[in-house]
Amino acid sequence: MNALALERVTKTFAGRTVIHETSLAVKDGERLALIGPSGSGKSTLLRMILGLVVPDGGAVRVGDVVVTPATARDVRRRVGYVIQDGGLFPHLTARDNVTLVARLGGDLTPERLAARVAELAAIVRLDDARLDRHPRQLSGGERQRVGLMRALVLDPQLLLLDEPLGALDPIVRAALQEDLKRVFEALGKSVLVVTHDMAEAAYLAGTIAVMRDGAVLQHGTMKELVETPAHPFVAEFLGAQRSLTEALR
Amino acid sequence: MRPRLATWLAIVLALLLGAERVASAAPALRVGSKRFVESYILAEIVTQLAKAEGATAEHALGLGGTAVVFRAIEDGAIDVYPEYTGTLAEAVVKNGAADLPALRAALAGRGLALSEPLGFENTYALAVTKALATKLGLSKVSDLAGHPELRVALSHEFVGRRDGWPGLAERYGLHPTTLSAIDHALAYEAIHGGDADVVDVYTTDAKIARFDLVVLGDDRHFFPPYDAVLVYRADLPKRVPAFERVLQRIQRSIDAAAMQRMNARAELDNVPFARVASDSLGASVSTAGSAQRPGLLGGTLEVIAQHGPRHVMLVAVSLALSTLLGVPLGILAYSRRRLGAVVLGVAGVVQTIPSLALFCFFIPLLGIGPVPALAALFLYGLLPIVRNTHAGLASIPADLREAAVAIGLSPAERLRHVELPLASRTILAGIKTSAVVGVGSATIAAFIGAGGFGEPISTGLSLNDVPTILEGSIPAAGLALVVEGLFLLLERALIPRGLQSPV
Repeated sequence: MNALALERVTKTFAGRTVIHETSLAVKDGERLALIGPSGSGKSTLLRMILGLVVPDGGAVRVGDVVVTPATARDVRRRVGYVIQDGGLFPHLTARDNVTLVARLGGDLTPERLAARVAELAAIVRLDDARLDRHPRQLSGGERQRVGLMRALVLDPQLLLLDEPLGALDPIVRAALQEDLKRVFEALGKSVLVVTHDMAEAAYLAGTIAVMRDGAVLQHGTMKELVETPAHPFVAEFLGAQRSLTEALR
Repeated sequence: MRPRLATWLAIVLALLLGAERVASAAPALRVGSKRFVESYILAEIVTQLAKAEGATAEHALGLGGTAVVFRAIEDGAIDVYPEYTGTLAEAVVKNGAADLPALRAALAGRGLALSEPLGFENTYALAVTKALATKLGLSKVSDLAGHPELRVALSHEFVGRRDGWPGLAERYGLHPTTLSAIDHALAYEAIHGGDADVVDVYTTDAKIARFDLVVLGDDRHFFPPYDAVLVYRADLPKRVPAFERVLQRIQRSIDAAAMQRMNARAELDNVPFARVASDSLGASVSTAGSAQRPGLLGGTLEVIAQHGPRHVMLVAVSLALSTLLGVPLGILAYSRRRLGAVVLGVAGVVQTIPSLALFCFFIPLLGIGPVPALAALFLYGLLPIVRNTHAGLASIPADLREAAVAIGLSPAERLRHVELPLASRTILAGIKTSAVVGVGSATIAAFIGAGGFGEPISTGLSLNDVPTILEGSIPAAGLALVVEGLFLLLERALIPRGLQSPV
């Protein structure tokens, strides 16, 4: 069973094809990193899954639901979405940011919701007191943890992360990478994470899909990508990511 | 908006409206006047006579010019007002017949009636300074024909009326090189200060003697008779029997000298109209020293007590209406871009209409008094609110707007929980602009009889009396400051803490 399936989707914006016919699936429990240079179509694919972009052709399935304008809202509530720098609403406290969706039409009682928040705070390792701050009073790392809590609050089957660590400095980033991986493993969610950092992709995800110019060039494990690159660009992209050891040589 | 605050606002508004209603229980007799001293005094005399005869009466002070006040009596917004036969003949009946039977016949068709003359004539005339008259040998209007270099300054009403300047200029062949229109109250200042050589005056004006002016003779008999009369609703004597006795007492009871004296007391000695009127009635009130005006501070406090509640009511109610319609319109303008352009355009056009014109526009529809004033203030208040609501929503960063969609909020939930709170500071700023502008615009509402701080201002303008103008302006300015302060508090209460500047 697939948690997510993109089936031969295409998209053209103002005469420019940004997604060529593309198929991509995330199996239940699979953690897939979508990687590629800027403008390769990663974000467009992600926005298609959430129904923010409607494909010109093909279909998007989340679980067994085909994403259409009519089903999009329902799909969004069953998908956890983590945005770069958190995408938190500045007028709400961190706690209210986390609980907003659940309070509006969720079936959790206030007591259950409070317990859920406490549980999530423990999972993402955020001090409960920080939850009563507003986003601008939090550090970048804290904001991202809150963003992760917001994505998890309705216990979604699928997590989408769009450059979740892109705005963080290297030390915080490393710490959060660890925490993300731990959360993914602990909760066993299906994950699609968009990144442009190969090391991060390899660390967080079990499989990697490399995109360029609106098409997925290869989808496989890191080992497969390194040993049998399906396209010269895959090898080139892997080679361009210099390792620390190489830099010291 | 947090429900508790909304509830409080609603309660305050209800109280304001309630207090207004109690304060303005309709009197039997509503007396109107035009915006000049003599009209004020005559209307005040009618009001006091009616009260003395046992009727409830109210004086709607200074409704502006002939068009406004005549409209008001035609619509039944007022019952009676002082007028001049010549004015009726030209400005209202428009057939030129100035004798009483002809005027009565013309007015009867409009449900109006005419009293007997009050006893004096107040006709238009042209006047020059005595010095100029002596120097150039001016004594008649026809003498002006040889002096086109003389600068003529005329009241707005006189310039436009057929029985005013256009007809007069034609009859006498006058072609002055400099012709300007100014407020009648300022004409004397203009001629006294040397800014004009010839002005139009009313023959009972108190200032003719004060400024040493010479009235030029109407040697070609251009001006029709301007006998003072009362115009009243034809059904008034039946509806308010006391009015019959008012007529008996006022008809043929005031001669030109008496009128000039009363004008002089009000205009030059700053005796309040009500006092001038009661003195003329020989009422039991003593005329000794008590006519002294209170000082500026005392006068201002009096004005606040007397006109403050009405002014606040005008601003608060119109602002509430502007907000109730303006915010949804702003949301509409934001969500439907085409429609939004139309909405913003229309609101912008309304804003360019001069406020007095907008006030007068509503008289045929809503009569005079607070209702048309509220309608005009409401329209005026819309634009800043619509524009700021639209701007506030449009300035929300695209990533936040998309985040709200992406986490699965419905359009209504996004608006209520994300977009409106994020735009709240800008929206509130628009409401504040609207409120402050409203405090100012509401002073003009007095010209259509809506009351408020504009009443002393309009009285002061017609008296050219700076202290009286200040007594209305100071509280209006003060109220604007209070409004600013209130909005600071409101910002604290309404703008989400996360959006407020860190303390």
